[in-house]
Amino acid sequence: MSATPERTTSATTAPVASEPVLLSVRDLTTTFATNAGPLRAVDGVSFDLGREEVLGVVGESGSGKTVLSRTIMGLLARSRVTVSGSVRLDGVEIVGASENAMRQLWSTRVAMVFQDPMTSLNPVMRVGHQIDEVLRVRLGLSRTAARARSLELLSLVGIPSPAERYRAYPGQLSGGMRQRVVIAIALAGAPALLLADEPTTGLDVTIQAQILNLLDDLTARLHMSVVLVTHDLGVVATRTSRIMVMYAGRVVESGPTADVFADHRMPYTRALLECSPRVSNAPHTRLAAIPGRPPNLAALPAGCSFAPRCAYATERCHREVPALVETTTPGHQYACWNPLPARGGPRP
Amino acid sequence: MSSATSARVDEVDEASPDEARAALGPLFWVCVAWLALNVFGAVFANVLPLDNPLYQNYSLVNAAPSLHHWFGTDDLGRDIFSRVVFGSRVSLAVGAGSMLIGFGIGAPLGMLAAYRRGRLDALLTAVMYVALAFPAIVAVIAVLSFWTPRTLLKIILVIGLASVPLVYRVIRAATMSVATRDFVIAAKVQGATDRRILVHELTPNVAPIAVSFLLIGVATVVALEGALAFLGLSVNPPTPSWGNMINEARTVMSQNPWLVLFNPPTPSWGNMINEARTVMSQNPWLVLFPSLAMCLLLLALNFVGDRLRHHFDVAQVKL
Amino acid sequence: MLRYVVRRLLTLVGIVIVISVGSFYLIHLLPGNPATVILGTGDSPANRALLYKQLGLNRSLVAQYVIWMGNVLHGNLGVSFISQTSVASTIRAALPIDVELIVLSQILAFAFAVPLAMRSARHPDGLVDRLLSAGSFTLLSIPPFIVIVLLVLVVSIKLGVANTGPSSYVSLATDWVANLESLSLPAFTLALGSFVLYFRVLRSDLIATLQEEFITMARSKGISHRRIMWRHALRPSSVALLGTAGVNIGGLLAGGFVVEYLLAIPGLGYTLISAIASSDYLLVQGIVLVVSVGVVLVNFLFDFAINLIDPRISRE
Repeated sequence: MSATPERTTSATTAPVASEPVLLSVRDLTTTFATNAGPLRAVDGVSFDLGREEVLGVVGESGSGKTVLSRTIMGLLARSRVTVSGSVRLDGVEIVGASENAMRQLWSTRVAMVFQDPMTSLNPVMRVGHQIDEVLRVRLGLSRTAARARSLELLSLVGIPSPAERYRAYPGQLSGGMRQRVVIAIALAGAPALLLADEPTTGLDVTIQAQILNLLDDLTARLHMSVVLVTHDLGVVATRTSRIMVMYAGRVVESGPTADVFADHRMPYTRALLECSPRVSNAPHTRLAAIPGRPPNLAALPAGCSFAPRCAYATERCHREVPALVETTTPGHQYACWNPLPARGGPRP
Repeated sequence: MSSATSARVDEVDEASPDEARAALGPLFWVCVAWLALNVFGAVFANVLPLDNPLYQNYSLVNAAPSLHHWFGTDDLGRDIFSRVVFGSRVSLAVGAGSMLIGFGIGAPLGMLAAYRRGRLDALLTAVMYVALAFPAIVAVIAVLSFWTPRTLLKIILVIGLASVPLVYRVIRAATMSVATRDFVIAAKVQGATDRRILVHELTPNVAPIAVSFLLIGVATVVALEGALAFLGLSVNPPTPSWGNMINEARTVMSQNPWLVLFNPPTPSWGNMINEARTVMSQNPWLVLFPSLAMCLLLLALNFVGDRLRHHFDVAQVKL
Repeated sequence: MLRYVVRRLLTLVGIVIVISVGSFYLIHLLPGNPATVILGTGDSPANRALLYKQLGLNRSLVAQYVIWMGNVLHGNLGVSFISQTSVASTIRAALPIDVELIVLSQILAFAFAVPLAMRSARHPDGLVDRLLSAGSFTLLSIPPFIVIVLLVLVVSIKLGVANTGPSSYVSLATDWVANLESLSLPAFTLALGSFVLYFRVLRSDLIATLQEEFITMARSKGISHRRIMWRHALRPSSVALLGTAGVNIGGLLAGGFVVEYLLAIPGLGYTLISAIASSDYLLVQGIVLVVSVGVVLVNFLFDFAINLIDPRISRE
């Protein structure tokens, strides 16, 4: 069916089922001052995240997904970055908040699982002390109470013989173990929102699934909301309720996970899907790759950023930026002048 | 900004390599000009219209700076300005001479070791490591106190040799970083001779590092010579007793500039400051001007060396 | 870790042997018969016979070294024929003064260098950083002998502060306040040079460390800036600092001579210069040996400290 979707005037996503909303992002734009001029790494992103909801943010490297998670976290250095729009966590505005104000939220309201466990742990500090630090400084636990809780957290994230690992330096642990420690640190303050920024990119494939399953399990048990950032659609397929596809700093398609997988309308989403290897593929199937490379954010093309790489691009695509439009499925939106047909129907 | 974010931003932000080079800035050229002036003064001191640095005018002792005597006169009525200019000869001769020896020996060895690697490198590096562990300043003092009489050449030789292990280490590290770069490997693959690679590929790339380190080295040695002079371990200047002899020495000196290497007629800045201490309370100019001359020279050397190092983006190397 | 320490200790022994050979051979750099030069004013047939026995001067160089080394290992560095005192006891009297001077100067240097480097590294190229960097660069270009001369000129001559001028050294046992006064100018002078070194090294390493991802992670925990600096950034940034401090303190053991000499503070440096002036070559040899070994030991201790501070190094 190729019903002309109704144009939305605002870029706002309709609120999703699980109310009340924990995180509300409106028209978020992050601009870096670079030598080559201002660079919009995140451009007008809006979404809501309900309690205990898991949102997948998907895109190639350079799509702005990591900057998005750091902007929400409020971790970007203020001197070279301009953030506009609004990020409300439990009603508290994060955009423009001082570092002091953010310090009150970090760990206890929002925490982050960093990308590379090889660089995100302090190499000269025992891992136990790195967990203790959150408990003692942020939660005010005593030395012994913090130690006991750290050991609990270490076993919670599936680290065998925690008492031994407590005294280890990061260099003495494998990559998978280190990422478990990073997760333990993120969980230590019992945050309501967990931002996981490509939590498995630095790890072996066999470890990746373990870490993702652990995150999955813990978020359910600890009633957290999660933003899971990844370049791999396969990672978010079974673990998220909604996904948001980003390209060149903009949201190009978002909606309930199953719907986006089955009925994606933006050619870029399809290209991404074709890039992830599937078990159902015949052996020796050549993996698809998206032709061309992600655009230079400091010199974006005039129209749709994906147009230069898009097989379906028309003259209009090169001229005007498409806005997000609703599909017939509630909450499913895409930004494309020339969308793919709904549910595998013929192209218009 | 966090490194992860900046790395990701850099991917799309293709900065041209020229922008990465730190600018030299106007102060750099001021310092270069000051160094040039110092060298000029030292080389042409006996041709320039300066007062005789050894002439004692007893009617004008401990005079304050004036039009005639820009820096005043010392306790023996000698012109301080003229003595400062002449004094730069010893300081600069020791600084430049010893660094020439240090680099003359240390730099080729360091480049060769870094380029050839293998057994030669292992052996040389082991020897230099032991030599580095030996406190150089103690060695210099020890040798100079035993190896009498002390001439300028001996001092240059001892400091120069003592600096070889340090120079070797810096040049070896610098060469190693260049030798593994693509253009050197490309030259090797194309069958260029070792000699050609060393002379045409490595030397031009190591030279800027060597120059910046050399300047900082000269600064260090100039300060070291000053310290040695304080201890009476630098060249002992003759104490001239009457005017005729001095004039004689001066005429000989202009005919044979090498004489300064064996028997300098004026003390180095370090010597001057040391001697001036005794009359410090009556004539502070006597301490001030040689001190100022030395500090400004060191500042210019350090600054030019440091800027060059940043300009050529060399990792921090400490002397 | 243990293997590393053993390997370093073996290297240390090797270097000490090389140093001992060097110090031993110094005497033979002297022109003419060493006996004549060593005896100097104390030349008499009896003394000459004693010296020949003490140094084994009529035997081969190797045999002389073995005799000398045997004595050294028993703590016997010979008896000076100039001052008629044992070299070892002269050194034992002088060494504590240097230790005190170094401790005082290093406390001062670190107390200023660490917080100021942190302040500078917080906003690299900011106003404070530019001022501090320019200031440290200027100080770098003022040699200690000029600093001490100017300090004496201003503090003890113009201002007339007691116990700070030349030859006013008071021992710690006599009066500790006067002792501190008499060591204040030299300690300050040595501290200034050390401060510049430490500030510059720590600043550049802190700037690099603060770019690291684990610092961002520490920030994301919601801990204070002060805690991030002291607990997370300082330790991984201290490797080059400690290496520099090791070399620098070793250098002060010998390099304090200028300030000691100028203020007649009877430490090793002053003793060394007086020994050179009076041609007391056995004393010079003894001091060279002790100072060299001291420098190597200090370096070794600092290398060891680096290992304790950064567990990554010994694991390599």
